[in-house]
Amino acid sequence: MTATKKDPVLVVLQMSGAFDALNTIIPYSDPLYKDYRPHLKVEPEEVLAIDDKVGFHPAMAPIKDMYDEGKVAVIQGIGYPNPIRSHFRSMDIWHTAEPTKMATEGWLGRAIQDLDPNKENVLTAVNFGRGLPRALAAPGVSVASVGNLETYGVLTGIDGEDQRAEALDIFSRMYSPMVGNGPINDYLSQTGLDALKGADILRTAPEIYSSSIEYGGDMFSQWVKNVAQVHTAGFGTRVLYTGLNPGAFDTHANQPTSFAKLWGEVSRAVNDLYQDLKEHDANQEVVMVLFTEFGRRVQENGSGTDHGSGSVAFVLGDAVKGGLYGEYPSLEPDKLDEGDLKWNNDFRQTYATILDKWLDLDDKAILQGEFEQFDFIKK
Amino acid sequence: MADQNHDIALMAHLMRRAGFGAQYAELEERAAKGYDATVEELLNPEVNPHGMDLDVAERCFIEWSHQTRGVPEYFAFRMINSRCQLEEKMVLFWHGILCTADSKTQSYPTSYDEIEMFRELGMGSFRDLLVGISRDPAMIFFLDNCLSHKGAINENYGRELLELFSMGVGMDGEFNYTEDDVKECARAFTGWTIANNVPGQPYGRYHAQFVYNPEDHDEGTKTFLGETGNFNGEDVIDIIAKQPATARFISRHLYSYFISDEAQVPSWMETPPKDPETIKMLEDEYFRSGYNIKAMLRVLFHSDAFKNARFQRVKSPVETVMGTLRLVGDWTEPKPGFEFIFDEMKHMGQELFNPPSVEGWHTGQEWIDGGTLVHRINFTADFVGDVNQPGVREIIDRLADAGPVISPEQMVDTTCLLMGHYELADETRQMMAASLEKGGTIHTDTEEFGTRVSELLQMIVATKEYIYA
Repeated sequence: MTATKKDPVLVVLQMSGAFDALNTIIPYSDPLYKDYRPHLKVEPEEVLAIDDKVGFHPAMAPIKDMYDEGKVAVIQGIGYPNPIRSHFRSMDIWHTAEPTKMATEGWLGRAIQDLDPNKENVLTAVNFGRGLPRALAAPGVSVASVGNLETYGVLTGIDGEDQRAEALDIFSRMYSPMVGNGPINDYLSQTGLDALKGADILRTAPEIYSSSIEYGGDMFSQWVKNVAQVHTAGFGTRVLYTGLNPGAFDTHANQPTSFAKLWGEVSRAVNDLYQDLKEHDANQEVVMVLFTEFGRRVQENGSGTDHGSGSVAFVLGDAVKGGLYGEYPSLEPDKLDEGDLKWNNDFRQTYATILDKWLDLDDKAILQGEFEQFDFIKK
Repeated sequence: MADQNHDIALMAHLMRRAGFGAQYAELEERAAKGYDATVEELLNPEVNPHGMDLDVAERCFIEWSHQTRGVPEYFAFRMINSRCQLEEKMVLFWHGILCTADSKTQSYPTSYDEIEMFRELGMGSFRDLLVGISRDPAMIFFLDNCLSHKGAINENYGRELLELFSMGVGMDGEFNYTEDDVKECARAFTGWTIANNVPGQPYGRYHAQFVYNPEDHDEGTKTFLGETGNFNGEDVIDIIAKQPATARFISRHLYSYFISDEAQVPSWMETPPKDPETIKMLEDEYFRSGYNIKAMLRVLFHSDAFKNARFQRVKSPVETVMGTLRLVGDWTEPKPGFEFIFDEMKHMGQELFNPPSVEGWHTGQEWIDGGTLVHRINFTADFVGDVNQPGVREIIDRLADAGPVISPEQMVDTTCLLMGHYELADETRQMMAASLEKGGTIHTDTEEFGTRVSELLQMIVATKEYIYA
């Protein structure tokens, strides 16, 4: 037992576009697999076998390495009731944890309310990407949303260091609650000053960061590097969120090339992040969750795959009890759901596990319901 | 001079609310014609058919009927360039109330038809508009009315028609209808369905069409809001249209959109209107005019409540972006690169054709969070900070007309006027003037002057005051 236990941190990696679960964790010894995938199949000898049934796509070696160290929980057959094959709506469901009706609050937004009820830290949650995912939205929750950590801030378009410093000085004074009398003056003041303060603090992260890890040059890898920079800077950030650009994994055509390239980049970034955190002795307090909005059609379309339902997700980190969770959905034609893998565990079971066992929050209140938990978090 | 300034300030207010803002020259031109004449012009878009020459736009947005980007792009282009500003503003109004989302319908051609329907019916009889939305293929698919059958109703549309499109759950603490009314309403709309699938997957994107299938219509007797008969959908709409709750619901929506942010819709049953007198005036006009939206708008724009409501509303992201583009004079002609503009609105919290739920966008304070505020400020500042934009150039030139030297206070005040009679808090105004003062005497006939103006413009759009319309 260490004297000071660090607060648990959650990193969320959103794989937009719906990656092909069947070619991610591959049921390589099932003869049906080859039948469904005459062009897209990965040969058994190339699969990075987990056991004699399933294994990782060969481009995922960096994640497989972590798996072999017992740090990766593979959640097979993950999904939600009444699958919808729309990217947007499906992502919305994952964000709001509400599959039956349109909701506006995010599951992490509510978690952030509980992590920082008195709004003491403007950086309790940080998003890297363009636009705030709904997962992080909740009333009264300020989340810093960073497109580019090097240039993040208010009034970034003002040229010249002196002019910008002057502008920010005026900004901080004119956003004082004492100035102005508009209908939501206090709220605007608070939000504006939080954003300014957040930007001020965040700006220091790249300056104090140094590492031997060289991340890939793609946007996602850069955002993952930003995650490391902000976490290791010690700002007290508890939720870090980033992901691929919308549609990245949407491989309707030409799947073999783009799919392998994307998983190559993503897997390397995930492993780089882990190694980077380790180098900074900042790995033990971090759990990552990597998800996509749905799986893809079991039967290939010749060069790619269309929208499906049942999928696979990953939870990674030192606190994770590695292994296979959920069941691999059957490939038998009569066991498919309209030609898709049938889900067998609700994504909110994974959320509940993370909220309760990792972040020590009230999963039932946040998810507005009780979901059976997994035991992929070490006690 | 004082009167003239007042006229222009009021015109700037009218154009921000009844449209997407206007440059100073247009404000002068409209103020010269007069407030009443401008209101009438806005209320009668047929005076300027389509509000613009559609030929260029349609040729450039040739893909608008089948590509994912073309339809929002085309809509935005009309918001920016239409002379009939109110017509487009009303389309946006209905788009946010009678909501469908492309995330489900996935058919921009069908969404486009909906927008055209709002253009056609958006300022007419509310009763006719309810018929229009009930026959709208995007809506029929979005709220599953195509899955509602005789003997096996799907209540989704029947419920939202009452709850979110016409009456609201309740008024003055009382419920407006019962669960039985919802079911009976849904029964009346059985057989109202569509031909051509709506979602693009897997057949491609086509215009879906309304179809009435008498075989699938429930011909039984229904009791709806206390009336009994063999009602079809239009009969139900006739009953809805004459309810006091409907008058209240539409009046509050108009008030919130044009005058001052109301509470969010779900709380309307318990939360009384902010300004009961004005709401009453609008309700009365609703019945007097036979449910006519245009007549209600006329009363609204001539009300003291409207004229006195300057800067009492938080601009929506679409208003912010369209207003900025109109102010700087960008996008007056079609050009590539609109995706960025579309994404910016999305990042500010309002993705056209994808309201977050059937309830539409929450408004007012809920537009603002840390991320959306920074996006809003930076987007606007980047555009007004570009001295090559014609509208920015125009402001620089007009400021220079004051003479070879301008005082810091005069520069701040005149710039606010030229942007549409914005009013800064005294402290803010003094901070800006003091900052200009530090830069030394302001010579208007130098190259550097443009830069100083653009920096000031960037500071003004970053103020809290500029968040409001």
